Amino acid sequence: MLSLEGVTKTFDGFKAINDLSFYVDEGELRVIIGPNGAGKSTMLDLITGRTRPDIGKIEFHGNTDLTALNEYQINRIGIGRKFQTPSVYTNHTVFENILLSLEGSRSVWHALFSRLSSTEQDRIQVVLETVGLNDKGAEKAGSLSHGQKQWLEIGMLLAQNPKLLLVDEPAAGMTDEETRKTGELLMSLAGKHTIVVIEHDMVFVRQIARTVTVLHQGGLLCEGTVDEVQSDDRVLEVYLGRKKREKS
Amino acid sequence: MKRTSSKAEYWIVGALAVVGLIVLPSLNAFLPTTHPLHVTSFAMSVYGKYLCYAVLALGVNLLWGYTGLLSLGQGLFFSLGGYALGMHLMLKIGKLGQYKSDLPDFMVFLEFEKRFPDSGGLPPHWIPFKHFAFAAIMILVIPGFVAFVFGWLAFRSRIKGVYFSILSQALTYAATLMFFRNDFTFGGNNGLTDFKFILGYDINAPATKRVLFMASCLLLLAVYTLCRWLTSTRFGLIQRAIRDSENRVLFSGYATAHFKLLVFVLSAMICGLGGALFVPQVGIINPSEMAPDKSLEAVVWCAVGGRASLIGPIIGAIGVNALKSYATHAFAEQWPYFLGVLFIVVTLFLPEGVIGIPQKLRGWRRRLQGTLPSDPAAPTATPGSESTPKPAQSPTH
Repeated sequence: MLSLEGVTKTFDGFKAINDLSFYVDEGELRVIIGPNGAGKSTMLDLITGRTRPDIGKIEFHGNTDLTALNEYQINRIGIGRKFQTPSVYTNHTVFENILLSLEGSRSVWHALFSRLSSTEQDRIQVVLETVGLNDKGAEKAGSLSHGQKQWLEIGMLLAQNPKLLLVDEPAAGMTDEETRKTGELLMSLAGKHTIVVIEHDMVFVRQIARTVTVLHQGGLLCEGTVDEVQSDDRVLEVYLGRKKREKS
Repeated sequence: MKRTSSKAEYWIVGALAVVGLIVLPSLNAFLPTTHPLHVTSFAMSVYGKYLCYAVLALGVNLLWGYTGLLSLGQGLFFSLGGYALGMHLMLKIGKLGQYKSDLPDFMVFLEFEKRFPDSGGLPPHWIPFKHFAFAAIMILVIPGFVAFVFGWLAFRSRIKGVYFSILSQALTYAATLMFFRNDFTFGGNNGLTDFKFILGYDINAPATKRVLFMASCLLLLAVYTLCRWLTSTRFGLIQRAIRDSENRVLFSGYATAHFKLLVFVLSAMICGLGGALFVPQVGIINPSEMAPDKSLEAVVWCAVGGRASLIGPIIGAIGVNALKSYATHAFAEQWPYFLGVLFIVVTLFLPEGVIGIPQKLRGWRRRLQGTLPSDPAAPTATPGSESTPKPAQSPTH
């Protein structure tokens, strides 16, 4: 469904992504981990058109070359992205946040002359219920708690009904209870959508992950189940091992 | 932003319409000049000028307050609209100028007959401006076109924030320098002036001044209504979303550049219309009107009035200019300092401008009463309080 082949991206001589190849299948829930600076967010930037690779191929559905498209075109073919820090429209109501994200025309003309239809209203309600914000519709997004903003942004992604969801650190800044709920939400969405999650929180990773990909210094270190990855010597060395040593 | 004061806003706009379209024109037309309540024709023109500035302020604010694009060059579009009508008015002076020629005075003085012998001294691009209809269309087309080209280049290259502001200021400054040149065929630093007739009427007659004032008022109301409609549509939601989080809009599938371009062109046209009605009432248009400081002043009006609303810029433009008229008589030298202090005070203490004062007062009163009643019931009253318990990893994007 999504494939990166031999992708390299250099920033001022620093290889953020180094000859990376990465594949995700339809309906998968994939978790990407890796120490800071491993290139996780850069990878999402490359997929969503925010930056372009120096060399390498990025393809969606086997034949769409993502490197030739810009951000909004990539979104329109069905790739939605949640940012690391929650990125919602703080001065809009929760309802309006979802409304602007709803799947449908993105033209200027449509924005000027379309009116809120009852089907749209129903769909917004469904999305709000999915992310547990159904009683917050009229509130300003800026007045939500941090965790609720994260959910709202996931809701905005769902409203777009993308084929592929790229979710960057959904549990960052959440309480344990919120983190658990977020995990359940993402797991319930897998299958219907293909999901790629970037995360640091190993408890959370353990909760949701089926396949984990470990990035290190811009390249792919290893791939497997949580247990396989956690027992991999290289991973222990570069990531978990160092983390353990730091903690203890 | 749907604010609670929208009812008050309709009252203000309604009052503006009644005073502008009925009360002031009547006081001017029907009371004898000796009557204490008589409004002089000179005052009509001055008030009309304020209203044109208010139109400019609405144009600035549609960009700044609603889309987050701080343009420091809207005075350019205001002036371009003014020049477009000014050119027509110049050609209607006829033989009443200093040189008793069909050519505008400055063209005689600069010996345009030698430069443009084929058209009797009139530069070819001036010829169609003999027709009012053509000039009227150009009032919209020229500012719109310039804004389209500049905006297309700027937004396509993703020029944002302060860079956009600086570029817009550079644009208007460059235009000022160009219009200062005599060989640019627009009258050089004297600009266009000494108008005699508009649509066949004596431009200095009280009745004409009155009608121009009323037209300014109508224009302001029309532009207000247009902005009110625009900001209430889904387009308006997207505008404000771009202001608050452009990346989110872009990554939600919207071509934000197209939205910004439309707003920019629309704003330029609004400013152009304001400028066009400004010129016959003030009687002159010259390059100083597009100098950067004029555009900055318009930004100050918006900030003072309150840029989170549509009524704020109107109040700001009329209020600050009325103050300026008074202050430049009373203490002309100190006026720029006064304006600067005003801007700083408003930015520091009244970020929502004058129209934010009632809400501020309500907040103070509540605090004075000691305990905060109905605290959770008013979550909208705390705009800046984005509760972020733990910041996410690192703000990389």
